[in-house]
Amino acid sequence: MTKLFETPLYPYQLSADQKADAPVRHPAVVIGAGPIGLAVAIDLAQHDVPVVILDENDKVSWGSRAICFSKRALEILDRLGAGDDYVNKGVLWNLGKVFFGDRKVYEFNLLPEDGHNRPAFINLQQYYCELYLVERIRALQAEGKQIDIRGGSKVTAVEARDDHSRISVETPDGPYDLEADWLIACDGAASPTRKMLGLDFVGRVFEDNFLIADVIMKADFPTERWFWFDPPFNKGQSALLHKQPDGVWRIDLQLGWDIDKEEEKKPENVIPRLKQMLGEEVEFDLEWVSIYTFQCRRMEKFRHGRVIFAGDSAHQVSPFGARGANSGFQDTDNLVWKLKLVMDGLAPESLLDTYDEERIHAADENILNSSRSTDFITPKSEQSRIFRDAVLDLAEHHAFARPLVNSGRLSLPATYDCSRLNGADVTSLPARTRPGSPAADCPLGEDWLLHKLGDDFVVLGINRDVPDSLSAHGISLKGLSLKGGDVNPFVKDRYLGNEDGAVYLIRPDQHVAARWTTYDEADIVSALGRVIGKEL
Amino acid sequence: MSANLKPNLARPDDFYADLLAAHEGLSKADSDALNARLILVLANQIGDNEVLRECLKAASLSSE
Ligand SMILES: Cc1cc2nc3c(=O)[nH]c(=O)nc-3n(C[C@H](O)[C@H](O)[C@H](O)COP(=O)(O)OP(=O)(O)OC[C@H]3O[C@@H](n4cnc5c(N)ncnc54)[C@H](O)[C@@H]3O)c2cc1C
Repeated sequence: MTKLFETPLYPYQLSADQKADAPVRHPAVVIGAGPIGLAVAIDLAQHDVPVVILDENDKVSWGSRAICFSKRALEILDRLGAGDDYVNKGVLWNLGKVFFGDRKVYEFNLLPEDGHNRPAFINLQQYYCELYLVERIRALQAEGKQIDIRGGSKVTAVEARDDHSRISVETPDGPYDLEADWLIACDGAASPTRKMLGLDFVGRVFEDNFLIADVIMKADFPTERWFWFDPPFNKGQSALLHKQPDGVWRIDLQLGWDIDKEEEKKPENVIPRLKQMLGEEVEFDLEWVSIYTFQCRRMEKFRHGRVIFAGDSAHQVSPFGARGANSGFQDTDNLVWKLKLVMDGLAPESLLDTYDEERIHAADENILNSSRSTDFITPKSEQSRIFRDAVLDLAEHHAFARPLVNSGRLSLPATYDCSRLNGADVTSLPARTRPGSPAADCPLGEDWLLHKLGDDFVVLGINRDVPDSLSAHGISLKGLSLKGGDVNPFVKDRYLGNEDGAVYLIRPDQHVAARWTTYDEADIVSALGRVIGKEL
Repeated sequence: MSANLKPNLARPDDFYADLLAAHEGLSKADSDALNARLILVLANQIGDNEVLRECLKAASLSSE
């Protein structure tokens, strides 16, 4: 049976651009059809921006790579029309076990907070993640949206000009050039675009190697996350076992620094290691194996004129805490509405500088969190190992030490606290929905708040009358009034606190822009002006 | 709240004796491990990150 990731999904086809006399200009070109490039393109197409995606490959991710998709990523994918595919296929898990040496030191239940449409996390192979996005693109094409995905199209040169970029592409039929008003580089951690523009990518390399393997178990194994520190089958190192759909299990084995990668990757070396871990009697097939060195680094700026970087090309984190793809989706969420307003002449170009500010803040938060997890999992000095082991020994006996155990922290979306786009606040309203924060979901009868927000600017009135629609600065806003039974305990807890009513202005990426306790159209108009960059 | 760097132990000699007794007969590695666990247990008694930061500074004997 051919594996999904060995099947061409968007094979190379000759495009009309290749026959043109002069390079054809497109409003938006995306380099890279990884999860982030696909998401950017879908978002643009949903906003009726014609878009071309170029990828040197024509298949989904080789092997599963990312496996944990967080609630915020799923909420964004809902907006992109792919959330149900992810959740229907993905594996839900709540129970985690932590082992130290040959003992289980404790177990935990994630106990996700109630009143959200989406779970805290699902596990799903990255190849499914990309497959569903490609399927979504096919559906958009069927609806007549201009979204063109070109496989077998390797970008070999990028020239950034004042008001556009010139892109050279190599194909099986030879090279051609095209132009883009806006170029979005989602070409991964090794980003050729970044290199071609001579831009930096600084940070920290963790001197360690990890063997990442996906195995198909022939018998049942529990749907739990197992993490080992210093296990008998991998002395002095760490290990992780995590379930994915289709009976596939992710195994991470820390290998240390001085190893022969090619040797370690050979099945005859991998399989005995896995047998030691899973038990001699457990039968499995090896689906995919790879060896990674992890790094945490980012570009100094994500926007360079009309070239914008998103996803791994802009920032790279170690996988502990699952922040790579999850934060990349949030990049696209932050970027596309701003870009659309700028393209339509409704916002100044400087609005795009806030993509930089907000997402660099988020990238730093993610880098900090994954560096801390990596430091705990792979202590680099004698003293840090002593403390790490002390935490684990204590965790077996005393609850207080368990929050110190860091085998990867749940990826949570950033709150843009210092953003220049934030407007008025009323501090007696709950802190979790302050300006800059991602709007918290709430059940609304059979529906959900985030689903109702969609990707418009929304004026949300809670026990306050707001108009059904409103127009200002050339933008149409949607009004949503919650009253009576809709003001349920979740809405009260997340949006009102001790106040009896509130009005929220929510951005198209579902982050809160400003909030008040009374409705005044003039407040909305002024906060909207601010959030679209009129005061920058 | 700030770190208390004035005398606060009710019976300092007793505490000191208990501390030494806890390490009595331990190998260097076991002693180091005990100290690490002890620091973590004590930190949890304090709880407050600001105070803990001041404690770290006091312990490092740095002047500012
Ligand atoms: C072992 C491992 C586990 C991980 N686990 C998680 C996890 O649980 N959760 C999570 O959120 N993240 C995880 N990640 C991170 C995640 O895989 C990445 O963050 C994600 O793939 C980034 O997506 P991207 O679209 O930015 O880049 P990529 O997926 O790297 O895609 C880049 C694309 O650009 C194309 N490209 C490159 N150069 C060119 C060129 N010259 N011309 C045309 N196309 C080009 C490539 O073919 C590729 O399709 C993990 C990563 C690893 C390695």
